[in-house]
Amino acid sequence: MDEKLAKKLRILADAAKYDASCASSGAPKRKAGPGELGSTTGAGICHAYTPDGRCVSLLKILLTNYCLFDCAYCVNRRSSNVRRAKFSVDEVVTLTLEFYKRNYIEGLFLSSGIIRSPDYTMELMLRVVKALRRDHGFRGYIHLKTIPEASPWLIEQAGLWADRLSINLELPTEKSLEQLAPEKDAASIRDAMGQMHDRIAEAREEKRRFSPAGQSTQMIVGADATTDAQVLNASATLYRDYDLKRVYYSAFSPIPDASTVLPLKAPPLLRESRLYQADWLLRYYGFQVEEIASGGENGMLDLEVDPKLAWALKNRHLFPVDVNRAEREMLLRVPGLGARAVDRIVQARRHTTLRLDDVARLTSGLKRARPFLVAADHHPQKRLDREDLRRRLIEKPEQLRLFA
Amino acid sequence: MTLHRITLNDGADLDGFRRAVRRLIADELAPQHVIFTITDEPDLFGHESEGEAPPVSLPRALGDMIGLVVCHRNPERYALLYQLVWRVLNGERELLDIPSDPLVHRLDLMARAVRRDLHKMHAFLRFRRVGGEHLERFVAWFEPEHFILEAAAPFFVDRFRSIEWSILTPLGSLHWDRETLVLGPSACREDAPTEDGFEAGWLGYYESVFNPARVNPKAMRAEMPKKYWRNLPESAAIAGLIQTAPQRVEQMIEQESTMPTKRKPERALDAMWDQEPKSLSALNAVIAEAGPLVPGATQAVFGEGPAHADIVFVGEQPGDQEDLQGRPFVGPAGKLLTKALKEAGIDRDKVYLTNAVKHFKFEQRGHRRIHSKPTAGEVKHYRPWLMKELALIRPKLIVALGATAVLALTGKQTPISRSRGRAMFGDVNGYITVHPSYLLRLPDEDTKRQAYEAFVADLSHIRDLAKADLKTGELPLAAE
Ligand code: SF4
Repeated sequence: MDEKLAKKLRILADAAKYDASCASSGAPKRKAGPGELGSTTGAGICHAYTPDGRCVSLLKILLTNYCLFDCAYCVNRRSSNVRRAKFSVDEVVTLTLEFYKRNYIEGLFLSSGIIRSPDYTMELMLRVVKALRRDHGFRGYIHLKTIPEASPWLIEQAGLWADRLSINLELPTEKSLEQLAPEKDAASIRDAMGQMHDRIAEAREEKRRFSPAGQSTQMIVGADATTDAQVLNASATLYRDYDLKRVYYSAFSPIPDASTVLPLKAPPLLRESRLYQADWLLRYYGFQVEEIASGGENGMLDLEVDPKLAWALKNRHLFPVDVNRAEREMLLRVPGLGARAVDRIVQARRHTTLRLDDVARLTSGLKRARPFLVAADHHPQKRLDREDLRRRLIEKPEQLRLFA
Repeated sequence: MTLHRITLNDGADLDGFRRAVRRLIADELAPQHVIFTITDEPDLFGHESEGEAPPVSLPRALGDMIGLVVCHRNPERYALLYQLVWRVLNGERELLDIPSDPLVHRLDLMARAVRRDLHKMHAFLRFRRVGGEHLERFVAWFEPEHFILEAAAPFFVDRFRSIEWSILTPLGSLHWDRETLVLGPSACREDAPTEDGFEAGWLGYYESVFNPARVNPKAMRAEMPKKYWRNLPESAAIAGLIQTAPQRVEQMIEQESTMPTKRKPERALDAMWDQEPKSLSALNAVIAEAGPLVPGATQAVFGEGPAHADIVFVGEQPGDQEDLQGRPFVGPAGKLLTKALKEAGIDRDKVYLTNAVKHFKFEQRGHRRIHSKPTAGEVKHYRPWLMKELALIRPKLIVALGATAVLALTGKQTPISRSRGRAMFGDVNGYITVHPSYLLRLPDEDTKRQAYEAFVADLSHIRDLAKADLKTGELPLAAE
């Protein structure tokens, strides 16, 4: 690989790293046919982890970090003095194929700063994707960032070639968007998301391919005054209206040559991780935003305990729950019990009566679950009402595992 | 009772274990009377001599579990599996549904460890390129924890079908020549290449995606344990990245933001928003560049006619002839339309003819390409272009020929029989009638003639409507 290309790669990978939505999941399983390269596995694969604990799955790069927009939170905004570079279409194709052949990556995640016009930029991105699919028989994963300001026919094409499309909302309220991303417009973002949603649903029904891994988005946390409840409400709306596969949360992190209008401090990583946990509760545990928010104070989540535990501590009258008898819905609300553990409990108790030892074999969160559970040989008695229950259950910070 | 000894081959001896289970079950030997030993001298005992016992039918989940657990390194694996098999066949058929059972739990953990090892092999194996410029061959060295080489193979074949590769491990090797997979002997690290032209680039990429403000080595090690590092080229960067992270963050926070050095961007910004195609030819260039949104077509077939025609006719999609000639309405249906237009007193050259979908979609039957109807979703893929086309022409009247055109113009499915006649498409006056190909498909001559007359009557009506001075939303009385 020649020097010049390697240098560009450094610049354009660095410029893309603040986007967290890099999973390679959700695509239907695919294999390479004769003469083709690449496959998809369904769940996706992380090929490496960087020392920030994040997964490297796709070649995540910008086509260029030149940009006409001036989004305050972004390292690539036109008013920043970072080093700029631009890939040619062929360079991106080569990098993707050569990295893929060495088993470094699952595929490509292509995004771009806006140059000349949104249409022009999006057309360039489409040329990369078409070259990979049509000229090189590439069957690996492709995630394409959609530019909502581009003409609608470009979105119509993007989904035919990509496995996943996404538009980053970045800021959950229209007001913040106006202040911090003056060229962006909430209405065109919604229109584009709606257009993708309709096409994805139609294609699924007609058994055709159109962004088969759905669409996702990202919101930045900690760049503005938005509360967790507002963020989660935005997510709930997005999941409901556009059937989003995932909402990613990205703790606002110091960037080189940052704008003066934004806070320069350590990224709120713990807050980000609590939001991911809350997001899970929304999607898989039957929680409403209000319930999750009620676990914290003033619309902010409790940072010391996970959101399910925070909710349970404030709703102790609903516990303890009997593992051998309770409905699945209620078991899902027990702190420390994941959805998988609940399924295994429900499966096992059809054949046997569960004791605490049995439960221990079905979940790794027994410590948190114990005070809230009744098993054949266990009842928490007064422990559930103890004043210091919360303090006893607070995780030590280093035990926190980040989702993203 | 004496102990019965079963000897199995080193590695994941699924066949040997299966044979043993059949024999043991046929002989009704309970687990406590059996010991399993493992040899690295294959086939020493000539399994065949004992004769095959009848197959044993096991629940599918158990079969899957056996397939995974035999790959585990633990020498107890066969004994544990046989205990499970014995219990399932002796009154505990549903044992696997009880994940809290200690034996099931233990085997579950073993199966999970094997699955994880497989997953990590798929993830962390790195190929290096060998050979000259033309012969492309890739070789990888990997050290799996369990006996998973064969189980891991299908993933690599499915993914890297079009290239030649070898995977070398201390427990055997795999070789793929783009057609067949060959299992080979164990290898050592020295047999694998030590460098690759893209590795420095990959290392640079790995360093660049790391965000020093989020440093969290523990989370990294949970997913990428140290034991894998020595075969990962990028691990060379880890120590340095962690070490310099705090200082890099500090720098970013302390650094005052600088003034933008660029000239004022106003001109570029104005130009940026001026991206819409401004003429039909500019739009057509965009369509041509896009390529078919439904597979198969030779070329895009654009609309045809005066750029500001009073009437636009919207059909369904180009047919075989249109696709070859690159012009709309030149096939049999188009000829019929031309004839009917003439009879209704409409000059084909003065109106604009186009299609909802710009590419031919067909099924190949022998030498013939049979028209196949675009799906609703496909029609919608083309809709933004049609809308732009109409916006550029700004006709007085839009005529939808057939149901697909109605769908494209309104976004809704409506049968022609119910909507035939005048309509509104957005704020433009419209008219709905049948597609001329419908007339061609009618079986008997009488109906055909009647339908054709009705079609010509519609067209005459359309002619009068277009002549009348239409104001938006206001329609003159039908000229009977
Ligand atoms: S459009 Fe905004 S967020 Fe995207 S690259 Fe440009 S400045 Fe950054």
